[in-house]
Amino acid sequence: MAKKGDWVLLHTVVLTPEQRAPQVPEDTRRVPLEMWTKGYLTQDAEIGDEVEITTRTKRSLRGTLVEVDPQHRHGYGDFVPEILKIGDDVRDILFGGER
Amino acid sequence: MRDNSYEAVMARKGEIMKTAVGMDYAKFESGSIAFDYEGMLASTGLNIEEVRRIQSGFSIGNTPLIELKNITALARKLAPAGKGARIFIKDEAANPSGSFKARRAATSIYTAKKMGYKGAIAATSGNYGAAVASVCAMSGLRCIVMQECYDSHKLGQPEIIEKARKCEAFGAEVVQLTVGPELFYMFLRALEDTGYFNASLYNAYGVVGVETLGYEIAEQFRAKFGRDPDAVVATNAGGGNLTGTARGLIKAGCKATVIGASVNLAGLHMASDTQFNRKSFTTGHTGFGMPFSTWPDRSDVPRSAARPLRYMERYVTLSQGEVFYTTEMLASLEGLERGPAGNVSLAAAFSIAQEMDADQCIVVQETEYTGAGKHINPQLDFARKNGIDIRFGDPAEEVPGKSIILPAHPNLIKARDADLGHLRGSLIRNALANFKVAPTDADVAFLAEETRTDEAFVRAAIEANQ
Repeated sequence: MAKKGDWVLLHTVVLTPEQRAPQVPEDTRRVPLEMWTKGYLTQDAEIGDEVEITTRTKRSLRGTLVEVDPQHRHGYGDFVPEILKIGDDVRDILFGGER
Repeated sequence: MRDNSYEAVMARKGEIMKTAVGMDYAKFESGSIAFDYEGMLASTGLNIEEVRRIQSGFSIGNTPLIELKNITALARKLAPAGKGARIFIKDEAANPSGSFKARRAATSIYTAKKMGYKGAIAATSGNYGAAVASVCAMSGLRCIVMQECYDSHKLGQPEIIEKARKCEAFGAEVVQLTVGPELFYMFLRALEDTGYFNASLYNAYGVVGVETLGYEIAEQFRAKFGRDPDAVVATNAGGGNLTGTARGLIKAGCKATVIGASVNLAGLHMASDTQFNRKSFTTGHTGFGMPFSTWPDRSDVPRSAARPLRYMERYVTLSQGEVFYTTEMLASLEGLERGPAGNVSLAAAFSIAQEMDADQCIVVQETEYTGAGKHINPQLDFARKNGIDIRFGDPAEEVPGKSIILPAHPNLIKARDADLGHLRGSLIRNALANFKVAPTDADVAFLAEETRTDEAFVRAAIEANQ
Protein backbone atom coordinates (compact mmCIF):
# COMPACT_ATOMS: atom_id res chain seq x y z
CA MET A 1 0.00 0.00 0.00
CA ALA A 2 1.42 3.38 -1.03
CA LYS A 3 0.30 6.52 0.76
CA LYS A 4 -0.54 9.92 -0.62
CA GLY A 5 2.67 11.98 -0.58
CA ASP A 6 4.97 8.96 -1.02
CA TRP A 7 7.90 9.40 -3.41
CA VAL A 8 7.26 6.93 -6.26
CA LEU A 9 8.30 5.70 -9.70
CA LEU A 10 5.71 5.89 -12.46
CA HIS A 11 5.62 4.02 -15.77
CA THR A 12 3.74 5.35 -18.79
CA VAL A 13 3.36 4.11 -22.35
CA VAL A 14 3.72 7.36 -24.28
CA LEU A 15 3.28 6.07 -27.82
CA THR A 16 2.00 2.68 -28.94
CA PRO A 17 3.92 1.01 -31.80
CA GLU A 18 1.33 2.40 -34.28
CA GLN A 19 1.78 5.95 -32.97
CA ARG A 20 5.59 6.03 -33.26
CA ALA A 21 7.54 8.43 -35.47
CA PRO A 22 7.75 7.43 -39.12
CA GLN A 23 11.58 7.42 -39.16
CA VAL A 24 12.17 4.84 -36.40
CA PRO A 25 13.99 1.68 -37.48
CA GLU A 26 12.08 -1.60 -37.91
CA ASP A 27 12.97 -3.15 -34.52
CA THR A 28 12.11 0.01 -32.57
CA ARG A 29 8.78 0.32 -34.37
CA ARG A 30 7.70 -3.05 -32.98
CA VAL A 31 7.77 -1.73 -29.38
CA PRO A 32 6.05 1.20 -27.63
CA LEU A 33 7.77 4.39 -26.45
CA GLU A 34 7.85 4.08 -22.66
CA MET A 35 8.62 6.61 -19.95
CA TRP A 36 9.61 6.43 -16.28
CA THR A 37 9.29 9.47 -14.03
CA LYS A 38 9.34 10.10 -10.29
CA GLY A 39 7.15 12.25 -8.11
CA TYR A 40 4.86 12.52 -5.08
CA LEU A 41 1.76 10.32 -5.16
CA THR A 42 -1.48 12.37 -5.08
CA GLN A 43 -3.66 9.63 -3.51
CA ASP A 44 -3.30 6.30 -1.68
CA ALA A 45 -2.78 3.43 -4.15
CA GLU A 46 -1.43 -0.10 -4.71
CA ILE A 47 1.50 -1.08 -6.93
CA GLY A 48 0.12 -1.56 -10.46
CA ASP A 49 -2.68 1.04 -10.04
CA GLU A 50 -3.20 3.89 -12.47
CA VAL A 51 -2.19 6.94 -10.45
CA GLU A 52 -1.24 10.60 -10.63
CA ILE A 53 2.00 12.11 -9.35
CA THR A 54 3.31 15.62 -8.84
CA THR A 55 6.89 15.87 -10.08
CA ARG A 56 9.66 18.07 -8.66
CA THR A 57 8.78 20.76 -11.23
CA LYS A 58 5.14 20.55 -10.03
CA ARG A 59 3.92 18.80 -13.17
CA SER A 60 1.01 16.37 -12.93
CA LEU A 61 1.72 13.08 -14.71
CA ARG A 62 -0.36 9.90 -14.95
CA GLY A 63 0.76 6.31 -15.29
CA THR A 64 1.18 2.98 -13.52
CA LEU A 65 2.63 2.90 -10.02
CA VAL A 66 5.82 0.79 -10.18
CA GLU A 67 7.80 1.39 -6.99
CA VAL A 68 7.63 3.28 -3.72
CA ASP A 69 10.86 4.92 -2.50
CA PRO A 70 12.58 4.04 -5.81
CA GLN A 71 16.20 3.05 -5.42
CA HIS A 72 19.30 3.40 -7.58
CA ARG A 73 20.75 -0.06 -8.10
CA HIS A 74 23.73 0.61 -10.34
CA GLY A 75 27.17 -0.12 -8.97
CA TYR A 76 30.57 -1.32 -10.13
CA GLY A 77 29.44 -4.64 -11.61
CA ASP A 78 31.12 -8.03 -11.33
CA PHE A 79 34.91 -8.31 -11.30
CA VAL A 80 36.49 -7.82 -14.74
CA PRO A 81 39.91 -9.55 -14.61
CA GLU A 82 41.15 -7.84 -17.78
CA ILE A 83 41.28 -4.49 -15.96
CA LEU A 84 43.70 -5.88 -13.37
CA LYS A 85 45.94 -7.22 -16.14
CA ILE A 86 46.02 -3.87 -17.98
CA GLY A 87 47.15 -2.12 -14.80
CA ASP A 88 49.91 -4.67 -14.13
CA ASP A 89 51.02 -4.78 -17.78
CA VAL A 90 51.51 -1.03 -18.20
CA ARG A 91 53.40 -0.78 -14.91
CA ASP A 92 55.67 -3.69 -15.86
CA ILE A 93 56.37 -2.26 -19.33
CA LEU A 94 57.21 1.18 -17.97
CA PHE A 95 58.91 0.43 -14.65
CA GLY A 96 60.13 -3.15 -15.14
CA GLY A 97 58.70 -6.32 -13.61
CA GLU A 98 61.04 -6.61 -10.58
CA ARG A 99 59.83 -6.62 -6.97
CA MET B 1 -7.17 20.25 -24.30
CA ARG B 2 -4.12 20.27 -26.57
CA ASP B 3 -3.66 17.53 -29.16
CA ASN B 4 -0.52 15.76 -27.92
CA SER B 5 -0.20 13.19 -30.72
CA TYR B 6 3.24 12.91 -32.31
CA GLU B 7 2.09 14.60 -35.51
CA ALA B 8 0.30 17.48 -33.74
CA VAL B 9 3.22 18.28 -31.41
CA MET B 10 5.77 18.13 -34.25
CA ALA B 11 3.54 20.48 -36.26
CA ARG B 12 3.74 22.99 -33.36
CA LYS B 13 7.56 22.66 -33.23
CA GLY B 14 8.22 26.13 -34.70
CA GLU B 15 6.14 28.06 -32.15
CA ILE B 16 7.23 25.92 -29.18
CA MET B 17 10.87 26.52 -30.10
CA LYS B 18 10.42 30.23 -30.61
CA THR B 19 9.14 30.61 -27.04
CA ALA B 20 11.84 28.35 -25.59
CA VAL B 21 15.10 29.27 -27.33
CA GLY B 22 15.35 32.91 -26.29
CA MET B 23 16.79 33.92 -29.65
CA ASP B 24 15.28 35.02 -32.96
CA TYR B 25 17.13 32.79 -35.39
CA ALA B 26 15.33 34.25 -38.41
CA LYS B 27 17.42 37.40 -38.36
CA PHE B 28 20.58 35.43 -39.15
CA GLU B 29 19.12 33.68 -42.19
CA SER B 30 20.00 34.65 -45.78
CA GLY B 31 17.02 32.82 -47.25
CA SER B 32 19.39 30.30 -48.80
CA ILE B 33 22.07 27.89 -47.49
CA ALA B 34 24.20 30.58 -45.87
CA PHE B 35 23.44 32.13 -42.48
CA ASP B 36 25.33 34.59 -40.32
CA TYR B 37 27.14 32.20 -37.97
CA GLU B 38 29.43 34.78 -36.38
CA GLY B 39 26.48 37.17 -36.02
CA MET B 40 24.51 34.50 -34.20
CA LEU B 41 27.35 33.88 -31.72
CA ALA B 42 28.00 37.61 -31.29
CA SER B 43 24.30 38.21 -30.54
CA THR B 44 24.79 36.40 -27.22
CA GLY B 45 26.68 39.51 -26.08
CA LEU B 46 29.12 37.18 -24.34
CA ASN B 47 32.83 37.76 -24.91
CA ILE B 48 35.60 35.78 -23.18
CA GLU B 49 35.79 38.18 -20.22
CA GLU B 50 32.04 38.11 -19.65
CA VAL B 51 31.91 34.30 -19.93
CA ARG B 52 34.75 34.03 -17.40
CA ARG B 53 32.92 36.33 -15.01
CA ILE B 54 29.75 34.22 -15.29
CA GLN B 55 31.56 30.90 -14.95
CA SER B 56 33.69 32.02 -12.05
CA GLY B 57 30.45 33.05 -10.30
CA PHE B 58 29.50 29.36 -10.42
CA SER B 59 33.05 28.17 -9.52
CA ILE B 60 33.36 26.73 -13.02
CA GLY B 61 36.58 26.79 -15.07
CA ASN B 62 40.23 27.41 -14.18
CA THR B 63 40.71 23.66 -14.02
CA PRO B 64 44.23 22.23 -13.60
CA LEU B 65 46.44 21.43 -16.59
CA ILE B 66 48.28 18.25 -15.62
CA GLU B 67 51.38 16.84 -17.31
CA LEU B 68 51.06 13.06 -17.76
CA LYS B 69 54.72 12.23 -17.24
CA ASN B 70 54.42 8.46 -16.98
CA ILE B 71 52.07 8.12 -19.94
CA THR B 72 54.49 10.30 -21.92
CA ALA B 73 57.37 8.04 -20.83
CA LEU B 74 55.42 4.97 -21.96
CA ALA B 75 54.62 6.59 -25.33
CA ARG B 76 58.34 7.42 -25.79
CA LYS B 77 59.27 3.84 -25.00
CA LEU B 78 57.06 2.73 -27.91
CA ALA B 79 57.94 5.58 -30.32
CA PRO B 80 60.90 5.84 -32.72
CA ALA B 81 63.99 7.61 -31.31
CA GLY B 82 63.44 11.35 -30.87
CA LYS B 83 59.66 10.99 -31.02
CA GLY B 84 57.06 11.15 -28.26
CA ALA B 85 55.54 14.54 -27.49
CA ARG B 86 54.81 15.56 -23.89
CA ILE B 87 51.17 14.80 -23.07
CA PHE B 88 49.04 17.12 -20.92
CA ILE B 89 45.45 16.83 -19.76
CA LYS B 90 42.98 19.53 -18.77
CA ASP B 91 41.23 18.15 -15.70
CA GLU B 92 37.71 19.26 -16.47
CA ALA B 93 36.36 16.70 -13.98
CA ALA B 94 37.27 19.36 -11.39
CA ASN B 95 34.22 21.43 -12.44
CA PRO B 96 31.25 21.33 -10.00
CA SER B 97 29.23 18.82 -12.05
CA GLY B 98 32.28 16.78 -13.05
CA SER B 99 32.85 17.66 -16.71
CA PHE B 100 33.53 20.49 -19.17
CA LYS B 101 29.79 20.61 -19.82
CA ALA B 102 29.53 22.85 -16.75
CA ARG B 103 30.97 25.66 -18.89
CA ARG B 104 28.25 25.19 -21.45
CA ALA B 105 25.47 25.05 -18.87
CA ALA B 106 26.78 28.17 -17.07
CA THR B 107 26.28 30.58 -19.98
CA SER B 108 23.04 28.95 -21.08
CA ILE B 109 21.36 28.96 -17.66
CA TYR B 110 22.72 32.40 -16.74
CA THR B 111 21.05 33.73 -19.89
CA ALA B 112 17.83 31.83 -19.20
CA LYS B 113 17.58 33.36 -15.74
CA LYS B 114 18.34 36.84 -17.07
CA MET B 115 15.55 36.43 -19.63
CA GLY B 116 13.12 35.53 -16.86
CA TYR B 117 12.66 31.80 -17.46
CA LYS B 118 11.67 29.88 -14.32
CA GLY B 119 13.38 26.66 -15.37
CA ALA B 120 15.31 24.88 -18.08
CA ILE B 121 15.01 21.58 -19.94
CA ALA B 122 17.80 19.61 -21.56
CA ALA B 123 17.44 16.47 -23.66
CA THR B 124 20.61 14.52 -22.97
CA SER B 125 21.82 11.18 -21.63
CA GLY B 126 25.27 12.64 -21.07
CA ASN B 127 27.19 14.82 -18.63
CA TYR B 128 25.35 17.88 -19.90
CA GLY B 129 22.25 16.90 -17.89
CA ALA B 130 24.15 17.01 -14.60
CA ALA B 131 25.78 20.27 -15.69
CA VAL B 132 22.43 21.95 -16.38
CA ALA B 133 20.98 20.54 -13.15
CA SER B 134 23.97 21.79 -11.15
CA VAL B 135 23.88 25.33 -12.55
CA CYS B 136 20.07 25.44 -12.19
CA ALA B 137 20.53 24.43 -8.55
CA MET B 138 22.96 27.33 -8.05
CA SER B 139 20.63 29.72 -9.88
CA GLY B 140 17.40 28.75 -8.15
CA LEU B 141 15.82 27.58 -11.41
CA ARG B 142 13.82 24.39 -11.86
CA CYS B 143 15.23 21.76 -14.17
CA ILE B 144 14.05 18.80 -16.23
CA VAL B 145 16.51 16.39 -17.85
CA MET B 146 15.17 14.00 -20.48
CA GLN B 147 17.18 10.87 -21.17
CA GLU B 148 17.06 8.15 -23.78
CA CYS B 149 17.87 5.51 -21.23
CA TYR B 150 16.38 2.03 -21.68
CA ASP B 151 15.73 -0.59 -24.32
CA SER B 152 12.30 -2.26 -24.49
CA HIS B 153 13.33 -4.70 -21.72
CA LYS B 154 14.05 -1.75 -19.42
CA LEU B 155 17.72 -2.55 -19.59
CA GLY B 156 19.76 0.64 -19.29
CA GLN B 157 23.43 1.48 -19.68
CA PRO B 158 24.89 1.87 -16.17
CA GLU B 159 26.56 5.09 -17.33
CA ILE B 160 23.22 6.72 -18.21
CA ILE B 161 21.56 5.54 -15.00
CA GLU B 162 24.38 7.10 -12.98
CA LYS B 163 23.87 10.39 -14.78
CA ALA B 164 20.17 10.29 -13.87
CA ARG B 165 21.15 9.84 -10.22
CA LYS B 166 23.47 12.83 -10.40
CA CYS B 167 20.78 15.03 -11.99
CA GLU B 168 18.39 14.05 -9.19
CA ALA B 169 21.07 14.85 -6.63
CA PHE B 170 21.06 18.42 -7.98
CA GLY B 171 17.28 18.63 -7.66
CA ALA B 172 16.31 17.98 -11.28
CA GLU B 173 13.29 16.06 -12.48
CA VAL B 174 14.53 13.22 -14.66
CA VAL B 175 12.40 11.75 -17.44
CA GLN B 176 13.69 8.40 -18.68
CA LEU B 177 12.55 7.11 -22.06
CA THR B 178 13.08 4.02 -24.15
CA VAL B 179 15.12 4.25 -27.36
CA GLY B 180 13.89 6.40 -30.20
CA PRO B 181 13.98 9.80 -31.87
CA GLU B 182 10.68 10.67 -30.14
CA LEU B 183 12.80 11.96 -27.27
CA PHE B 184 12.55 15.21 -29.21
CA TYR B 185 8.74 14.97 -29.24
CA MET B 186 8.67 14.51 -25.46
CA PHE B 187 11.13 17.39 -25.13
CA LEU B 188 8.77 19.67 -27.08
CA ARG B 189 5.83 18.54 -24.92
CA ALA B 190 7.73 19.34 -21.74
CA LEU B 191 8.77 22.77 -23.08
CA GLU B 192 5.14 23.50 -23.96
CA ASP B 193 3.92 22.21 -20.57
CA THR B 194 6.29 24.30 -18.49
CA GLY B 195 7.32 27.35 -20.54
CA TYR B 196 10.92 26.59 -19.53
CA PHE B 197 14.07 27.49 -21.46
CA ASN B 198 15.39 25.07 -24.09
CA ALA B 199 18.90 24.55 -22.72
CA SER B 200 19.97 22.94 -25.97
CA LEU B 201 23.51 21.65 -26.21
CA TYR B 202 23.65 23.38 -29.55
CA ASN B 203 22.53 26.89 -28.71
CA ALA B 204 24.95 29.80 -29.13
CA TYR B 205 25.13 30.55 -25.39
CA GLY B 206 26.36 27.05 -24.60
CA VAL B 207 29.01 26.86 -27.30
CA VAL B 208 30.35 30.33 -26.43
CA GLY B 209 30.71 28.96 -22.88
CA VAL B 210 33.24 26.38 -24.09
CA GLU B 211 35.51 29.06 -25.56
CA THR B 212 37.09 29.66 -22.13
CA LEU B 213 38.36 26.08 -22.20
CA GLY B 214 40.54 26.73 -25.25
CA TYR B 215 41.49 30.16 -23.98
CA GLU B 216 42.62 28.77 -20.61
CA ILE B 217 44.74 26.06 -22.27
CA ALA B 218 46.67 28.73 -24.20
CA GLU B 219 47.05 30.94 -21.11
CA GLN B 220 48.11 28.15 -18.76
CA PHE B 221 50.59 26.82 -21.28
CA ARG B 222 52.15 30.21 -21.85
CA ALA B 223 52.39 30.88 -18.12
CA LYS B 224 54.07 27.52 -17.45
CA PHE B 225 56.29 27.10 -20.51
CA GLY B 226 56.33 30.46 -22.26
CA ARG B 227 54.99 28.87 -25.45
CA ASP B 228 51.89 27.44 -27.10
CA PRO B 229 51.05 23.72 -27.27
CA ASP B 230 51.55 22.14 -30.71
CA ALA B 231 48.31 20.17 -30.80
CA VAL B 232 45.03 20.01 -28.88
CA VAL B 233 42.82 16.92 -29.06
CA ALA B 234 39.08 17.24 -28.41
CA THR B 235 36.60 14.38 -28.14
CA ASN B 236 33.97 14.95 -30.82
CA ALA B 237 30.30 13.98 -30.65
CA GLY B 238 27.77 16.78 -31.22
CA GLY B 239 30.64 19.13 -32.08
CA GLY B 240 30.27 21.81 -29.39
CA ASN B 241 33.31 20.71 -27.40
CA LEU B 242 35.63 20.94 -30.39
CA THR B 243 34.00 24.10 -31.79
CA GLY B 244 34.13 26.03 -28.52
CA THR B 245 37.66 24.92 -27.64
CA ALA B 246 38.99 25.77 -31.10
CA ARG B 247 37.34 29.19 -31.02
CA GLY B 248 38.88 29.87 -27.61
CA LEU B 249 42.33 28.89 -28.89
CA ILE B 250 41.88 31.23 -31.87
CA LYS B 251 40.73 34.07 -29.59
CA ALA B 252 43.92 33.56 -27.55
CA GLY B 253 45.97 33.71 -30.77
CA CYS B 254 47.10 30.10 -30.28
CA LYS B 255 47.94 28.19 -33.45
CA ALA B 256 47.88 24.66 -32.05
CA THR B 257 46.58 22.03 -34.47
CA VAL B 258 43.02 21.07 -33.52
CA ILE B 259 42.36 17.33 -33.70
CA GLY B 260 38.96 15.68 -33.21
CA ALA B 261 38.67 12.15 -31.80
CA SER B 262 35.66 9.79 -31.59
CA VAL B 263 35.09 6.20 -30.58
CA ASN B 264 34.34 4.11 -33.63
CA LEU B 265 30.80 2.69 -33.47
CA ALA B 266 30.45 2.18 -37.23
CA GLY B 267 27.57 -0.11 -38.15
CA LEU B 268 25.44 0.47 -35.04
CA HIS B 269 22.12 2.27 -35.57
CA MET B 270 21.63 4.87 -32.82
CA ALA B 271 17.81 4.62 -32.79
CA SER B 272 17.68 0.82 -32.78
CA ASP B 273 16.06 -0.88 -29.78
CA THR B 274 18.08 -4.07 -30.20
CA GLN B 275 21.43 -2.30 -30.81
CA PHE B 276 21.06 0.33 -28.05
CA ASN B 277 22.85 -1.77 -25.42
CA ARG B 278 25.37 -3.30 -27.82
CA LYS B 279 27.57 -0.22 -27.49
CA SER B 280 29.66 0.68 -24.46
CA PHE B 281 29.96 4.40 -25.11
CA THR B 282 26.94 6.65 -24.90
CA THR B 283 28.77 9.73 -26.16
CA GLY B 284 32.05 10.76 -27.77
CA HIS B 285 31.36 8.29 -30.56
CA THR B 286 31.06 8.34 -34.34
CA GLY B 287 27.28 7.71 -34.12
CA PHE B 288 27.02 11.39 -33.17
CA GLY B 289 30.40 12.62 -34.42
CA MET B 290 29.94 11.78 -38.10
CA PRO B 291 26.30 12.91 -38.65
CA PHE B 292 26.67 16.09 -36.57
CA SER B 293 29.94 17.05 -38.29
CA THR B 294 28.50 16.60 -41.76
CA TRP B 295 25.10 18.17 -40.95
CA PRO B 296 25.15 20.28 -37.76
CA ASP B 297 21.59 21.57 -38.23
CA ARG B 298 20.02 18.20 -37.40
CA SER B 299 19.98 19.35 -33.74
CA ASP B 300 17.22 20.69 -31.45
CA VAL B 301 17.69 24.37 -32.37
CA PRO B 302 17.08 25.98 -35.79
CA ARG B 303 20.81 26.60 -36.32
CA SER B 304 23.48 24.79 -34.37
CA ALA B 305 26.34 26.79 -32.90
CA ALA B 306 28.45 23.61 -32.94
CA ARG B 307 30.08 23.37 -36.38
CA PRO B 308 33.21 21.24 -35.94
CA LEU B 309 34.29 20.95 -39.59
CA ARG B 310 35.03 24.70 -39.50
CA TYR B 311 37.83 24.03 -37.03
CA MET B 312 38.96 20.42 -37.25
CA GLU B 313 42.33 19.92 -38.92
CA ARG B 314 42.41 16.18 -38.37
CA TYR B 315 39.80 13.66 -37.24
CA VAL B 316 40.75 10.29 -35.77
CA THR B 317 38.80 7.33 -34.46
CA LEU B 318 39.64 4.88 -31.68
CA SER B 319 38.12 1.56 -30.75
CA GLN B 320 36.18 1.07 -27.50
CA GLY B 321 38.88 -1.35 -26.31
CA GLU B 322 41.60 1.26 -26.82
CA VAL B 323 39.73 3.87 -24.78
CA PHE B 324 38.96 1.45 -21.93
CA TYR B 325 42.62 0.41 -21.89
CA THR B 326 43.77 4.05 -21.79
CA THR B 327 41.35 4.78 -18.93
CA GLU B 328 42.97 2.06 -16.83
CA MET B 329 46.40 3.34 -17.89
CA LEU B 330 45.51 6.81 -16.56
CA ALA B 331 44.60 5.30 -13.18
CA SER B 332 47.56 2.91 -12.99
CA LEU B 333 50.31 5.22 -14.26
CA GLU B 334 49.12 8.67 -13.24
CA GLY B 335 46.96 7.99 -10.18
CA LEU B 336 44.00 9.70 -11.86
CA GLU B 337 40.74 7.81 -11.98
CA ARG B 338 38.47 9.45 -14.55
CA GLY B 339 35.45 8.44 -16.64
CA PRO B 340 36.00 6.51 -19.88
CA ALA B 341 34.09 8.76 -22.29
CA GLY B 342 36.35 11.71 -21.52
CA ASN B 343 39.41 9.61 -22.32
CA VAL B 344 38.71 9.18 -26.04
CA SER B 345 41.01 12.10 -26.76
CA LEU B 346 43.63 10.74 -24.36
CA ALA B 347 43.79 7.47 -26.29
CA ALA B 348 44.17 9.55 -29.47
CA ALA B 349 46.90 11.69 -27.92
CA PHE B 350 48.83 8.63 -26.71
CA SER B 351 49.03 7.44 -30.32
CA ILE B 352 49.56 10.83 -32.00
CA ALA B 353 52.29 11.83 -29.49
CA GLN B 354 54.35 8.95 -30.89
CA GLU B 355 54.28 10.60 -34.35
CA MET B 356 55.38 13.96 -32.92
CA ASP B 357 58.86 15.11 -31.90
CA ALA B 358 59.88 14.71 -28.25
CA ASP B 359 60.17 18.49 -27.82
CA GLN B 360 56.56 19.03 -28.89
CA CYS B 361 53.49 19.18 -26.63
CA ILE B 362 49.98 17.76 -27.07
CA VAL B 363 47.01 18.66 -24.87
CA VAL B 364 44.00 16.47 -24.11
CA GLN B 365 41.36 19.07 -23.36
CA GLU B 366 39.04 17.23 -20.96
CA THR B 367 38.47 14.61 -18.32
CA GLU B 368 35.11 13.65 -16.79
CA TYR B 369 34.12 12.31 -13.37
CA THR B 370 33.85 8.62 -12.67
CA GLY B 371 31.84 6.60 -10.16
CA ALA B 372 29.30 3.80 -9.84
CA GLY B 373 27.98 2.88 -13.29
CA LYS B 374 30.20 5.38 -15.03
CA HIS B 375 33.45 3.46 -14.82
CA ILE B 376 35.26 0.86 -16.94
CA ASN B 377 34.39 -2.01 -14.57
CA PRO B 378 30.56 -1.74 -14.67
CA GLN B 379 30.65 -0.75 -18.35
CA LEU B 380 32.74 -3.76 -19.37
CA ASP B 381 30.71 -6.04 -17.07
CA PHE B 382 27.48 -4.75 -18.65
CA ALA B 383 28.88 -5.35 -22.15
CA ARG B 384 29.98 -8.88 -21.26
CA LYS B 385 26.55 -9.70 -19.82
CA ASN B 386 25.01 -8.43 -23.06
CA GLY B 387 27.01 -10.96 -25.04
CA ILE B 388 29.85 -8.73 -26.20
CA ASP B 389 33.08 -10.68 -26.71
CA ILE B 390 35.71 -8.97 -24.52
CA ARG B 391 39.30 -10.12 -24.95
CA PHE B 392 42.88 -9.03 -25.52
CA GLY B 393 44.11 -8.80 -29.10
CA ASP B 394 44.50 -6.28 -31.90
CA PRO B 395 41.92 -3.49 -31.43
CA ALA B 396 41.88 -2.98 -35.21
CA GLU B 397 39.81 -6.19 -35.32
CA GLU B 398 37.10 -4.91 -32.97
CA VAL B 399 33.58 -5.06 -34.43
CA PRO B 400 31.29 -2.50 -32.70
CA GLY B 401 28.30 -4.29 -31.19
CA LYS B 402 30.04 -7.69 -31.28
CA SER B 403 33.43 -7.33 -29.63
CA ILE B 404 35.58 -5.11 -27.46
CA ILE B 405 39.22 -5.88 -28.13
CA LEU B 406 41.58 -4.58 -25.48
CA PRO B 407 45.07 -4.01 -26.90
CA ALA B 408 47.35 -6.98 -26.10
CA HIS B 409 50.14 -4.38 -25.81
CA PRO B 410 49.98 -0.56 -25.63
CA ASN B 411 51.87 -0.39 -28.95
CA LEU B 412 48.62 -1.54 -30.61
CA ILE B 413 46.80 1.70 -29.67
CA LYS B 414 46.54 3.53 -33.00
CA ALA B 415 44.50 6.60 -33.84
CA ARG B 416 43.00 5.96 -37.28
CA ASP B 417 42.47 8.94 -39.57
CA ALA B 418 38.97 9.60 -40.86
CA ASP B 419 38.85 11.02 -44.39
CA LEU B 420 38.20 14.73 -43.77
CA GLY B 421 37.89 15.45 -47.50
CA HIS B 422 35.06 12.95 -47.69
CA LEU B 423 33.31 14.46 -44.64
CA ARG B 424 33.62 17.95 -46.09
CA GLY B 425 32.06 16.71 -49.32
CA SER B 426 29.23 15.14 -47.28
CA LEU B 427 28.50 18.44 -45.56
CA ILE B 428 28.18 20.18 -48.92
CA ARG B 429 25.93 17.40 -50.29
CA ASN B 430 23.75 17.57 -47.16
CA ALA B 431 23.42 21.35 -47.49
CA LEU B 432 22.32 20.99 -51.13
CA ALA B 433 19.89 18.19 -50.29
CA ASN B 434 18.32 20.08 -47.37
CA PHE B 435 17.88 23.44 -49.08
CA LYS B 436 17.22 22.31 -52.66
CA VAL B 437 18.34 25.69 -54.07
CA ALA B 438 20.90 26.73 -56.66
CA PRO B 439 23.77 27.88 -54.41
CA THR B 440 24.48 31.62 -54.51
CA ASP B 441 27.99 33.10 -54.36
CA ALA B 442 27.34 33.80 -50.68
CA ASP B 443 26.44 30.11 -50.20
CA VAL B 444 29.71 29.04 -51.82
CA ALA B 445 31.71 31.35 -49.55
CA PHE B 446 29.71 30.09 -46.54
CA LEU B 447 30.28 26.43 -47.43
CA ALA B 448 34.02 27.10 -47.80
CA GLU B 449 34.01 28.39 -44.21
CA GLU B 450 31.82 25.51 -43.06
CA THR B 451 34.30 22.99 -44.46
CA ARG B 452 37.56 24.86 -43.80
CA THR B 453 38.29 24.73 -47.55
CA ASP B 454 38.15 27.24 -50.40
CA GLU B 455 35.61 28.21 -53.04
CA ALA B 456 37.26 25.98 -55.65
CA PHE B 457 36.74 22.93 -53.40
CA VAL B 458 33.11 23.86 -52.82
CA ARG B 459 32.38 24.51 -56.51
CA ALA B 460 33.97 21.18 -57.45
CA ALA B 461 31.86 19.38 -54.82
CA ILE B 462 28.68 21.09 -56.05
CA GLU B 463 29.51 20.10 -59.62
CA ALA B 464 30.20 16.49 -58.62
CA ASN B 465 26.80 16.41 -56.93
CA GLN B 466 24.88 17.40 -60.07
